[in-house]
Amino acid sequence: MFPPGLFTLQFMQNAWIAGTAIAIIGGIVGFFVVLRGATFVAHAVPRASFAGAAGAAVVGQSSVLGLGTFAVLSALGIASISRERRHGVATALILAAALGLGDLFLTIGHVYAPAVFALLFGQIVGISTHDVRAVLIVSVITVVLFAAAFRPLLLQSVSPHVAEAHGFWTRGLEILFLLLVSGAAAAMVPVVGALLAFSLMVGPAAAGSILGKSPLQALAWSVAFGVLSLWLSVWLAYLTFWPIGFYVSGFCLLFYFAARLIKR
Amino acid sequence: MKIEQTVQTTPQAALEITDLGVAYESTWVLDHIDLTVKQGEFIGIIGPNGAGKSTLLKTLAGLIRPSRGEIRFPAARGRRHPVGYVPQRFDLDPDLPLRARDLVGLGLDGHRWGFAWPNAQRGRKIEQALAQVDLTGFADHPAGKLSGGQLQRVLIAQALVSDPELLLLDEPLSSLDLASAQTVVDVVHRVSQNLGVTVLLVTHDMNPLLPVMDRLIYVVNGQAVIGTVDQVVQKDVLDKLYGYDVEVLRLHGRILVVGDETASGDAAGFEHR
Repeated sequence: MFPPGLFTLQFMQNAWIAGTAIAIIGGIVGFFVVLRGATFVAHAVPRASFAGAAGAAVVGQSSVLGLGTFAVLSALGIASISRERRHGVATALILAAALGLGDLFLTIGHVYAPAVFALLFGQIVGISTHDVRAVLIVSVITVVLFAAAFRPLLLQSVSPHVAEAHGFWTRGLEILFLLLVSGAAAAMVPVVGALLAFSLMVGPAAAGSILGKSPLQALAWSVAFGVLSLWLSVWLAYLTFWPIGFYVSGFCLLFYFAARLIKR
Repeated sequence: MKIEQTVQTTPQAALEITDLGVAYESTWVLDHIDLTVKQGEFIGIIGPNGAGKSTLLKTLAGLIRPSRGEIRFPAARGRRHPVGYVPQRFDLDPDLPLRARDLVGLGLDGHRWGFAWPNAQRGRKIEQALAQVDLTGFADHPAGKLSGGQLQRVLIAQALVSDPELLLLDEPLSSLDLASAQTVVDVVHRVSQNLGVTVLLVTHDMNPLLPVMDRLIYVVNGQAVIGTVDQVVQKDVLDKLYGYDVEVLRLHGRILVVGDETASGDAAGFEHR
């Protein structure tokens, strides 16, 4: 069941810590992603941030820094060209542009192929203690931002006109939401990879929103599902040597179905 | 002391609009609007589709910035948000993790930063607001599973819970069956009487409001006239407002305005279904 080293090896301890942090972040940011129906944004920002990691490799900077920069830039890019919560076209254009840049960086930077592979599909056992610190810092910033903006964001997600009548700058809240997504993306990509990061921002929150009767309940369920998915995935990945992303995305889907079944 | 008494005995204006104009690009959607609404009045904002009714209401709610003119709330004495705004009803996902009390709570403190931790006083205020719209016992009902009329009343409670001087309602009767629409009208009327709230309610059909409204604002092509039904819904007044001949028919206590081509016969109570 629990092979030696699962909790004692340094790289496994890093995996547990960073993994738990991103599961919590995915659960809380995902709450708004699902509430606002912004799953495409949650899909695009992590992928766009992948280009930043490739760029960081070209100039010899840390990949988390590159990820964060591109995550924020893509979020601001989406905000600047989208209109009134209709993010579709803006998101698609920004995503394509970022992937194009990523391709360019990989070509001119001669980035070592396994490093690219790790960023795309995640390499939870490859996380250094330095990366863990970066992931934790980004996570804490995201949680604080989330907690501070919770009520206005909830109001604006449910009835934007009432938020506006209360004197809120709707676009500002929109940008705040996109920044939360980019914070989550920057923390997640090194751990679970650009291609699968968004499953943690959609699956647990969708299941939580089905089971939760109130916003706080939905949040609690969402975080619980996220953390449980990740813990099971880390354990099974260590046991079987199969990739973490496979397990995370599988459990996210499984919990969503389970929630649907419980609610009939 | 004396001054306060004079203030109380003279009915103060709840709303003063002077020379209001709203322009989209270079078209004036509202132009030269001048009117005053007294405290506690129930006002219907009536007119054909696309006349500028909702634009007028949204401008009063602060959602649209006027291009010209002034809006004042003299009775509010400088309160920052004297207005409770009830937006046009929207559909909610049946799975939405929100109860009726969460929607109302957002009206109370949704503009504050941080989380809303449940506490007894907050809960009482929310339940009180729900009682005012005849939804006692619905506090824990899932918001996405309320009927159209119930959701409309929850949204009214959401606006009322912040104790507004004015209640602004955007098409609260649209796509409701007759009985639910009547319930909404009754609830708003009772609230305006009991709490002394000034009501401005947008609707394209004035008939459900005839027994309850004090005056109406008739909006056509960005122009507006205010007065009682008998003053405003008259052939000569409406001819001038529409700019062509209309007929005003009074049948069995209902009023139909016929000849209103801009709304293809749907305006002001002329039902074609």
